[in-house]
Amino acid sequence: MTDHAITLCDVSKLYRKYAYRRQFSTLKSALLKGNLASELKPNEVFHAVNGVSLRVPVGMTLGVIGRNGSGKSTLLKLIAGITKPTFGTVEVNGRISALIELGAGFHPEISGRENVFINGVMLGLTKSEISKRFDTIVEFAELEDFIDAPVKTYSSGMYMRLGFAVAVHVDPDVLLVDEVLAVGDEGFSLRCLDKFAEFKRRGKTILLVTHGLSMVERFCDEAVWLDNGKVCGEGDPRRVVHAYTTEVAKGEERILSENDRKLREAVVGEGNESDSGTGELISTDEPPEDMYRATQGRWGAGPVRIDGVTLTRAGESAHVFQSGDQLAIKLSVSTLSPVTNFVFGISIFNAEGVCCYGTNTHIEEFTPIEFSGAGEVVFVIDSLDLVEGTYKLDVAAHTREGFQYDYHRLLYTFRVKSRTKDTGIYRPGHRWTFSPTIRFVRAGERLN
Amino acid sequence: MPMLANLQRLFRYRGLIQTLVVRDLKARYRGSVLGFFWSFANPLLLLMVYTFVFSVVLPGRFPGVEENYALFLFCGLLPWTWFSASLVEASNSLLVNGNLIKKVLFPAEVLPLVAVIANMVHFFLALPILFLALIFFASRTPTSGELFWFPVVIAVQFVLSLGFGLFLAALTVHFRDIKDLLSNLLTLWFFGTPILYPWTIVAERGPSIAGLPPAGKVLMDLNPFAHLAISYQEILFYDGPYGHWKWLLVTALVSIGLFIGGYALFDRLRDSFAEEV
Repeated sequence: MTDHAITLCDVSKLYRKYAYRRQFSTLKSALLKGNLASELKPNEVFHAVNGVSLRVPVGMTLGVIGRNGSGKSTLLKLIAGITKPTFGTVEVNGRISALIELGAGFHPEISGRENVFINGVMLGLTKSEISKRFDTIVEFAELEDFIDAPVKTYSSGMYMRLGFAVAVHVDPDVLLVDEVLAVGDEGFSLRCLDKFAEFKRRGKTILLVTHGLSMVERFCDEAVWLDNGKVCGEGDPRRVVHAYTTEVAKGEERILSENDRKLREAVVGEGNESDSGTGELISTDEPPEDMYRATQGRWGAGPVRIDGVTLTRAGESAHVFQSGDQLAIKLSVSTLSPVTNFVFGISIFNAEGVCCYGTNTHIEEFTPIEFSGAGEVVFVIDSLDLVEGTYKLDVAAHTREGFQYDYHRLLYTFRVKSRTKDTGIYRPGHRWTFSPTIRFVRAGERLN
Repeated sequence: MPMLANLQRLFRYRGLIQTLVVRDLKARYRGSVLGFFWSFANPLLLLMVYTFVFSVVLPGRFPGVEENYALFLFCGLLPWTWFSASLVEASNSLLVNGNLIKKVLFPAEVLPLVAVIANMVHFFLALPILFLALIFFASRTPTSGELFWFPVVIAVQFVLSLGFGLFLAALTVHFRDIKDLLSNLLTLWFFGTPILYPWTIVAERGPSIAGLPPAGKVLMDLNPFAHLAISYQEILFYDGPYGHWKWLLVTALVSIGLFIGGYALFDRLRDSFAEEV
């Protein structure tokens, strides 16, 4: 057992919901019920952490990921001993330092120097230990010039740096970190990472709660993914992060398709019969005066109508794509009377409203012969070479002269995800070559 | 016994307690020009105000304390200030330091304890003013017998304050109403305690019920702080030997009982603090 720094055995933490009965109902119940959670009805409690078992061996760096409210911070507090589990047991070997809130206990009126001592004592150091480490702490926080000023005069960055500096100099066996690397500037963040790396080298156990997935992949030996207080996946950080991002993409997909469905109901589904309850949507026969200012909407006088637009990847309806995926835009069209003058067009806009690409059948020299009844127009992009972001679509049917049969403006949304955080709009297919004197190693590769 | 284990742990955290008391004292006068001097100046000014009021505006009205009434008042008022400020601060201590309870691991009873100790330090800082005034105005120096009892009275008051403080701190987390209730109750308690007046004038007041002494005396006997106030007055102000020591010992027992009860309640509600503050 001693080779495990942290052992959690079927740990649950219940919180009371306040909607029903705020706090204790009577003084008597307050006095009688010390442990109240176990007596509460199920509809009054909320499982922040639900039956989590974990074993963290000494010297491991474990990353904890998950959505907001998935129980990550509660887990950290349980391990730190700040809250007690409702069920199950938590066992920790060695001195813990929890970087949950930096500078907790700093008193604004007194100087940084005195606060270092107070904070250090709170975190479990003795005065002589702090005196020994004082200079290193101040140097690490880069506050040599301000250490005798009252803490209330510090900027928030200075405050956090000092808090962080004290916490990492406690020299814990187990370090709990809750999303604190966002403090400080670039240089300070790098030094924090160096400090963590040093902890790792010295065989300390680190538990890292973060939304920085790349950091988990780079830095952690293992990862745990929490969702709704339960462990959804654990093991190799790359695999866990991948599973997590896939799930997040599915969630986005759900939200986008839901939005899509609402829009469709508002504009397309009921057609021109319903012009109520569409908010700022325009739904008229006449095109707006300045159509490029128009936000979302649909206009046009027919007879050609676009009845539905579906985005698909490999034949399946989708709203979230990886950069480089195939994207097919399928228009279901119909016409009330046969027409001989018709053009179908498509434009893609990014979130800033920049037109990334636009084309139509006329520009591409398809000469219309005849369209009657109903049919399908499919526009296929074999490789969706766009950078990460949210995009919207214009689709239209009009005459060669510009008379609009049916114009759908920015009604359809899709999202492009990418592992590379490149910038701009368009990602041309590309590769890098270097002469042998310029050497690199890529992420995931080993230097040989 | 969990109580002993708790006390042991509290002793291990003495460094933290000391640091927090110092923080409290330093923060209190930070930013004022006179700084720590206020700890002496405050009671001195208070003494001057009372002297003026009770020798010029409302001269001597109570039998036995016509002379040096302000000094008499002062003997009870200083300990009362310690007591009432301790209770108010202790009852707020968990809420005010909520961020500590939620983020840092340490025994929460440190906080009400710090409130009581910090106010005790203020009391100690005011004592020299009181002693000097006693010598200067009343030419009175306590005898060695009285000096023996003086620390005992302080110790009893300390345990009593801490017992109340633990009770109030634990309950205020769950019932914020206590904050408002407490200040009014303390005012009532202040007037019900022989601080403004000598206890002899209430001892004969009120009807006797069921063969008991007069109601005034019964109420006085039931009031633990009355015994402390009488003790301070007998030791510091009145001539003659300290005769109230039996009641002091009874008060000591009551205080210890209250402390044990308060600590037990605090311990029982401990796990709820991090969630409720």
